[in-house]
Amino acid sequence: MVENRPWLTFFSHLTVIVGVIIIAFPIWMTFVASTHDQATMLQSPVPLWPGTHLIENYRDVLAEGYKGRPGTVPLYVTLTNSLVMALGVAIGKILISIISAFAIVYFRFPLRMIFFWMIFVTLMLPVEVRIVPTYGVVANLGMLDSYAGLVIPLIASATATFLFRQFFLSVPDELTEAARVDGASPMRFFWDILLPMSRTSIAALFVIQFIYGWHQYLWPLLITTKESFYTIVMNVSRQANVVDATPSWNLLMTMAMLAMLPPVLVVMSMQRLFVRGLVETEK
Amino acid sequence: MEKRVVFNERWLPYLLVAPQMIITLIFFFWPSAQAMWQSVLVEDAFGGNSKFVWFENFVSLLSDPNYYDSARLTLIFSALVASIGLAVSLLLAVMADRILRGASIYKTILIWPYAVAPAVAGVLWGFLFNPSVGIVVWLLHGIGVDFNYVMNGNQALLLVVFASVWAQVSYNFLFFLAGLQSIPKSLIEAAAIDGAGPTRRFWDIVFPLLAPTGFFLLVINTLYALVGTFGVVASLTQGGPGQATNILVYKVWNDGFRGQDLGSSSAQSVILMLLMILLTFVQFRFVERRIHY
Repeated sequence: MVENRPWLTFFSHLTVIVGVIIIAFPIWMTFVASTHDQATMLQSPVPLWPGTHLIENYRDVLAEGYKGRPGTVPLYVTLTNSLVMALGVAIGKILISIISAFAIVYFRFPLRMIFFWMIFVTLMLPVEVRIVPTYGVVANLGMLDSYAGLVIPLIASATATFLFRQFFLSVPDELTEAARVDGASPMRFFWDILLPMSRTSIAALFVIQFIYGWHQYLWPLLITTKESFYTIVMNVSRQANVVDATPSWNLLMTMAMLAMLPPVLVVMSMQRLFVRGLVETEK
Repeated sequence: MEKRVVFNERWLPYLLVAPQMIITLIFFFWPSAQAMWQSVLVEDAFGGNSKFVWFENFVSLLSDPNYYDSARLTLIFSALVASIGLAVSLLLAVMADRILRGASIYKTILIWPYAVAPAVAGVLWGFLFNPSVGIVVWLLHGIGVDFNYVMNGNQALLLVVFASVWAQVSYNFLFFLAGLQSIPKSLIEAAAIDGAGPTRRFWDIVFPLLAPTGFFLLVINTLYALVGTFGVVASLTQGGPGQATNILVYKVWNDGFRGQDLGSSSAQSVILMLLMILLTFVQFRFVERRIHY
C-alpha cells in the first residue's frame, strides 16, 4: 500500500463485497434449490436457505437423471462423457500444439509461414460460424455418436499454439546454442530442456482447455443422437427447455450444480499455477 | 520475432506440424470451403438438386429486413456485453488489487463463474428470473416492477446480456488482476511522492499500462459476445420472444438446422467469418506490435 487512505480502503472492500455477493448469488440459489423437494421449489418465494433433501436429490439425479421424464439419462453417464471429452480436448490440444509450435519456432523450412498462417486462420473460424458443413464432414467420416467425434474436431487450436510460440520465443537462445554445442538432437532439446521449462504454460493451458472442452454445448448437441453420448452441459440445457406443468426445479438445479462442480475443482486446485501461467504469457 | 539459433533438419519439422495440419485441413478448411460453396447454391425443395445462383443468397439475405434486425440486435448486444463486462471486471480488479486482507477469499469466489458453462449460466439465470418461481422476479414485484422475460422482448434481451456478462466477468477479472500486479510498485510510489492522488495515478499510470491487457480483452469479449453467447441464448430464450434475442450466431443455427435453409445459413456463415477475420486481424496486429514494447 502506497499510503493510508481509510475511506478508499473502505470503499474498495465495499465494492468488492457487493460484487462478490452479486456474482455468488446465482450459484447460492442453485445450491439452495438442489437441497429442497419438488413441492417447496414450486411455491414463490422460493427459500433462501438450504433444506434437507440434498443427499436424496443428488443420489436420484446421478442414478436416474431427471426422474419421470421419458428419454432421461443418469447423470453419471453424462458426467463421464463430459470428463472424457474435456480431458481429451485439453490433452489433445496441448500435445499437437506444443509440437507444432516447436517446429515453427525452432526450425526454418519452406512452407513454414504458410503453416503458421493456416493455424492462425483457425482462430477466426469457431465451430459456431460453420456449423452445417462441419456437421456434414463429421457425418461423412462416420464419427457421429462417438468420443472421437466429440474430441478430435475440437483439438486444432490456434490459441494453444500461439501461447506456446510466445513462450518459446522468450526462452534464451543461449540454451539452444549450448544444447547444440553439446551435440543434442532437436528432440532431445525438446524433451530435456523445453518441456520442463514449459510446465507453468502447460498447466495454464490445461485449465483453459479443460474448461473449453467442458463448456462445449453446440458441438455435442449436433453430433450426438444417442443418449449414451450426451454431455452434462447440453443435457442440463435440454432438460431446462422442456416445458412442464410441474417442473422439478430441485432436480434441474442439482444437475446444474453437478455440471459446474468438476470444472470448479479444476480451476480451484490449479488456481496458483493457472494465474502464474497467465502472468508469464502476458509478458 | 524470429529465433537466431535454429536446428537444421529436413523432415522433422513437417512431421511435427503434421497432426495439427491434418486436423485443421479436415475440420476447419474443408467445412469452411463448403460453407462458401453452399452459399452460392440453392437447393430445390425436394433436396438433392442444387443450382448455382451466384450471389443470390447474399442478395436475398441483405434485402431481408429480418437479417438487418438481427444484425442491429447483435451490434447492440455485443456492445452491451463487452462494455459492461469490461467495466465491471476492471472496477473489481482495481479494488481487489488494493485489498490486502481477505483478498484470496474474494478472488476464489470471483473466479467461480469462469467454471460455469454459458449454457448452464443461461439455466441459472432462467431460474432466478423464472416468471412463476424466480426469486428476483418476486423481489422486483415487491417494488412494483413486472418482469417477465418470456413475454417481454426488451426484458429478455436485458436478461441475456446479464447472464452473458456474468459468465465472462471472471475471465476478464483474472487478466486485469494479472495485468495490475505486473505494474511495478515503484512507479506508483514515485507518483504518490510527487503528490498525485489515487484517481490521478489510476488515469495517468495504471490505465495506460493496462491498455494492452484491456485491448486484448476487448477483442476477446467482442468475439465472446458474437459467438460464445450461443449457449446462453439457446438455454434462456431460443432467440425469442419473437425475434427479440435472435442474434446472428443463433440465426445461423436456427435457419440451417431448424429451417433447413442451407443456402441462406451458409451465406450467413460466410458473413460471420468475414466479421471474425476482420476482428482477429485487428487483434493480431496489436499483439505483434505489443511485443516490441
